[in-house]
Amino acid sequence: MATVRTITLPHYPSYPIHICMFRDVTNAAFLRSQLLEANPDFDYAFLDPSMILSPSHLLGGTFLALHASLLSRAKTRTPHSELVFRLHPNNNIGEAYRKFGISDSSTAIIAVKLGLGPEVTNERVSQHLGEHVQGESVNVGEEAERVGDWCDVGKVRKVYKLENPKKKGGKKGAQINGVGKEVDERREMESVILGMITLKGS
Amino acid sequence: MSTTNMASTASDAQPPTTPPPTQPLHALPQPFTTSNLEVLTQGAEALVYKTTFLTPSTPCVLKYRPPKLYRHPILDKRLTKARLLAEARVLVKCRREGLSVPAVLGGDWESGWLVLEWIGGRTVRAVLDEWVHKFGLRARDGKTSEEEVKRELDEGLMEVVAEEKESQEAREGLMRLMQMVGRAVGKLHEIGVCHGDLTTSNLMLRTPERKEVVGRGPPRMTVSAQREAAMSGQDPPEVIPVQQEETKETNSLEGDVVMIDFGLATQTIHEEDRAVDLYVLERAFTATHPAAEHLFQEVLRCYGESFKGAKTVLKRLADVRLRGRKRTMIG
Repeated sequence: MATVRTITLPHYPSYPIHICMFRDVTNAAFLRSQLLEANPDFDYAFLDPSMILSPSHLLGGTFLALHASLLSRAKTRTPHSELVFRLHPNNNIGEAYRKFGISDSSTAIIAVKLGLGPEVTNERVSQHLGEHVQGESVNVGEEAERVGDWCDVGKVRKVYKLENPKKKGGKKGAQINGVGKEVDERREMESVILGMITLKGS
Repeated sequence: MSTTNMASTASDAQPPTTPPPTQPLHALPQPFTTSNLEVLTQGAEALVYKTTFLTPSTPCVLKYRPPKLYRHPILDKRLTKARLLAEARVLVKCRREGLSVPAVLGGDWESGWLVLEWIGGRTVRAVLDEWVHKFGLRARDGKTSEEEVKRELDEGLMEVVAEEKESQEAREGLMRLMQMVGRAVGKLHEIGVCHGDLTTSNLMLRTPERKEVVGRGPPRMTVSAQREAAMSGQDPPEVIPVQQEETKETNSLEGDVVMIDFGLATQTIHEEDRAVDLYVLERAFTATHPAAEHLFQEVLRCYGESFKGAKTVLKRLADVRLRGRKRTMIG
């Protein structure tokens, strides 16, 4: 059994989102091969945690993917691939999988399952993932606040082509301690990234 | 403007609020429903709601451009899409450059909606209205011309300032506010964006969050300020109305300036457009607050220092003042 957090997005109460995080994963290659074979049992969005900045980052992409799928406006074949695709700033699905999806050597994984039907429940997702993912399940927290814990901010900044905030001055230079600064920096990045993934493809 | 108008401006501390309609005037786009939605305002093009996004504790603004039935459906779709996209692109651009504007959290061009970050606080218009109300009271009766009223307001202000020691702080706070406005507009123009509808109602004074209050740590933080700060940290959707009242009580001028409503914004580097932005803002200042006119000089001063080329814009502003914002009256 894996620890799965179920989150309900405002405005889409009937489509819960199941999120699960693993570390020390040993069979990423197997999981990836199942994705490539499009095995319907493995219909998940497996994401690279180093590319997920914050819960809002993940949920923003999820909302847009869910929205596009429900309005039949998705650009990819499944709602889960749409989520991976949505997170990337460009319109290239393969590129999106390379950056945000898992590779054969991944050791950490975020698995997202969209509750599109009544048969997808927290227990079932938990059981299925627990059986097939060889790794240690990590609690993502009440509001999935820990999904950004393993983020590689530099990598994220590179993919979204965000400048390094060297010239921090003026009104925003008011923080005094380093911790506050890093939180602010992440928040600022998150705001820009949410805008970019919203604008993507238009 | 007549005396009666002045009086009414001075006595109304807040701009008149639209009575909340009992039911939405338009069908809402998927996935939004009337539950968890609160009408904020309605413009000519868009309906603005308050709701939550991504998490139940994240307040946000939903801007929805309903289809206009008098337009051909295809044209309507294209216009709505083009305008929404223009607004979102400008906002994201500003945000990338580090300007304080609402972040774009989500959107759907085909359906005509955009979800923006919630900015807690008051409009600069509300701040100025309150200021006029507080210090301009004695000048209200028996004045015939606008000039006289204005002078009286200024003098009245001076007297009050001399009397109350706290109002000196308020005055400094206002000056600081004006400087922030000038710099914000300067930065906006510097990155090649013109707002298109720069009025005092489209400028917000964002109430600082708790950690910022603590971080900046004015040693003389009042009890009410602490309470307000504590409240804003907890549960934004519930707290915001309370918070606004609190700020009014304390007359807090803390915070940073955030520009909102980029529905008419354009990406341009023409002096003319920049000057028109300033002109519109100046008109907004003078029209609603004659007593606050000299405050605008502070805005212009800071604007002039904010970027290379600002001085030429100020020169152009003098031309625009003479002729109005429409350059070409013919053709």
